[in-house]
Amino acid sequence: MSLSILGARVIDPTSGLDSVTDLHVSEGKLVGLGAAPAGFSASQSIDATGLIAAPGLVDLNVALREPGYSRKGTIASETRAAAAGGVTSLCCPPQTKPILDTSAVTELILDRAREAGHCKVYPIGALSKGLEGEQLAELVALRDAGCIAFGNGLRSFPNNRTLCRALEYAATFDLTVIFNSQDHDLAKGGLAHEGPTASFLGLVGIPETAETVALARDLLLVEQSGVRAHFSQLTTARGVQLIADAQARGLPVTADVALYQLILTDEALIDFSSLYHVQPPLRTRKDRDGLREAVKAGVVQAISSHHQPHERDAKLAPFAATEPGISSVELLLPLALTLVEDGLLDLPTLLARLSSGPAQAMRIAAGELKVGAAADIVLFDRNASTVAGENWLSKGQNSPFLGHCLPGEVRHTLMDGHFSFGG
Amino acid sequence: MTPHDAKRPLQLNAQGQLRHFLSLDGLPRALLTEILDTADSFLEVGARAVKKVPLLRGKTVCNVFFENSTRTRTTFELAAQRLSADVITLNVSTSSTSKGETLFDTLRNLEAMAADMFVVRHSDSGAAHFIAEHVCPDVAIINGGDGRHSHPTQGMLDMLTIRRHKGGFENLSVAIVGDILHSRVARSNMLALKALGCPDIRVVGPKTLLPVGVEQYGVKVYTDLAQGLKDVDVVIMLRLQRERMQGGLLPSEGEFYRLFGLTTARLAGAKPDAIVMHPGPINRGVEIESAVADGAQSVILNQVTYGIAVRMAVLSMAMSGQTAQRQFEQENVQ
Repeated sequence: MSLSILGARVIDPTSGLDSVTDLHVSEGKLVGLGAAPAGFSASQSIDATGLIAAPGLVDLNVALREPGYSRKGTIASETRAAAAGGVTSLCCPPQTKPILDTSAVTELILDRAREAGHCKVYPIGALSKGLEGEQLAELVALRDAGCIAFGNGLRSFPNNRTLCRALEYAATFDLTVIFNSQDHDLAKGGLAHEGPTASFLGLVGIPETAETVALARDLLLVEQSGVRAHFSQLTTARGVQLIADAQARGLPVTADVALYQLILTDEALIDFSSLYHVQPPLRTRKDRDGLREAVKAGVVQAISSHHQPHERDAKLAPFAATEPGISSVELLLPLALTLVEDGLLDLPTLLARLSSGPAQAMRIAAGELKVGAAADIVLFDRNASTVAGENWLSKGQNSPFLGHCLPGEVRHTLMDGHFSFGG
Repeated sequence: MTPHDAKRPLQLNAQGQLRHFLSLDGLPRALLTEILDTADSFLEVGARAVKKVPLLRGKTVCNVFFENSTRTRTTFELAAQRLSADVITLNVSTSSTSKGETLFDTLRNLEAMAADMFVVRHSDSGAAHFIAEHVCPDVAIINGGDGRHSHPTQGMLDMLTIRRHKGGFENLSVAIVGDILHSRVARSNMLALKALGCPDIRVVGPKTLLPVGVEQYGVKVYTDLAQGLKDVDVVIMLRLQRERMQGGLLPSEGEFYRLFGLTTARLAGAKPDAIVMHPGPINRGVEIESAVADGAQSVILNQVTYGIAVRMAVLSMAMSGQTAQRQFEQENVQ
């Protein structure tokens, strides 16, 4: 198939391109920007006047729930939801059942993702076997099977020496390690940010120091081991300050935040609504503002959905008994556009945080509109709006944004030149 | 953009009457006073030879306790019986949940048995809110204690105790002493005292037992018992659970008693006519000296008596508010 996308405002954060022009696609690749290459004839063309064309979004954390939790979501359902949110590449975390610590599970995920054909999937392997933090997973075998990076989720290593060795081993092979820094003991039993809201509701708190203590340790170990590191799902203003300080002294670490952390605060918990139960928790207004500033300044290069779909029953219990997480990938672009509406970011910067930033952090060949590269493109209308939930695709209905009218509407998502959404 | 979390008055009906009793948060002073006035009138019922009034005749009140209780459960049973309701009590911790039945299913089943009111105690903060919002919105839900969050009938019986012994709240100094962090009683008392106009509310305890941001309740924080008790009219002691010695909250019962235990000598720093309260069960020699617990200034057993009257007031008010709401909704449908 060959395709011409005519008259869109084309924004490519990597090259700095931002102008009304045409895009030409053939055999899954972007073959022309502006004028079509010699001999090109489009079998299909889209009049994209008034639309914005940008690199397909790259989401660093989308729980696909398969294998093991298909009542919450499947690789087919959640990658389809991701495509509706403008995503063409995504990383899936290792908390599957069985845990993503073998080549077999990696291959299963990749096979099913290819079969579904909605998104390019890059699995994040377990850093330790079973995520137990005691024995290393076969990192090189996992890399060879297709794992893009390695992490241990929120389950910290019980022993700093083992963690240190894991990092040195990963550094040997230039593997990327993803940290979700949270001190297990300081966070133990916690349900919400330790502050006035949690105190008022009688919910066990997770202090800011649960993140900063672990983060400070992790940064020092990264520095010592020389491992390539990415810090995921930061929630505190003090935490992003630690990242900024490390970057300032030359440590090449990258970071992401969950999009909902840039929008919600712990004040949302006041009715005990389990839709706001997330781990790590929603923090204060001050933290949210600190995260927003870090995204703006580029200390945080990536905004991710941290999509966690759940079945209805998982949220239908008293707050403490519910499972944490928000089903969010499907709204990634419209929800992120609220940051432009709020005046925090200009559109090219936002698109950088959603595509080139995360792609570079994980060394994924994606996130730019380059002739010769894969035609992964999102086309959206900034002036239209999306009513969240109107055409819901994720198996997880657990979104506090359902029913909200959000800015912008994804019209088409193209992966390798074919329509993965809005054909 | 803000999330859709507009605070709905879940526990009030369209006319502003109680239809559930979940928390004292957001209840107007007039409503709290109405509860106290109604409870006062029920105290006379308790003093009569025939201790029953027919207000809840034909209604079924179901006590569902997911957490152990003796005093609260018994006084709720007596309150419902004195209102002529049919009462059943389930200790769920020992029955359905051990068979894997969820809170949701347990309550739906009870609702199908045509219960008109649930009194619920649960170890999770927010459990009563969850039930009123998502499980049985048409059954009056009375919170008999949820996690660390709220114990509103205890809060109101404490207020009745204070009002009957001190006449009002306007010129009082009240100290709440001990494990504030884990206490739903302390949270309910702070809210009630504030709403009823008490000008000097103090909390006293070590930092490990004080919730972060406790000042939001409009209270003054003391870490020294002598200062915290100075010239107060009311001392509310809280129970200290034995398991608090684990995990570094406190070094020992002995050290806690030496620093925060209420002894005769310590009580002498309060006003001479100060009253001593405790939600029970008391730990003699851990948070309170026997001579104080059994002394002339102690009103601990009065609290138990008043507890029945307060629970009668809340049960009858919530039942009538819930009935009115259902009638209102039916009329609006037709």
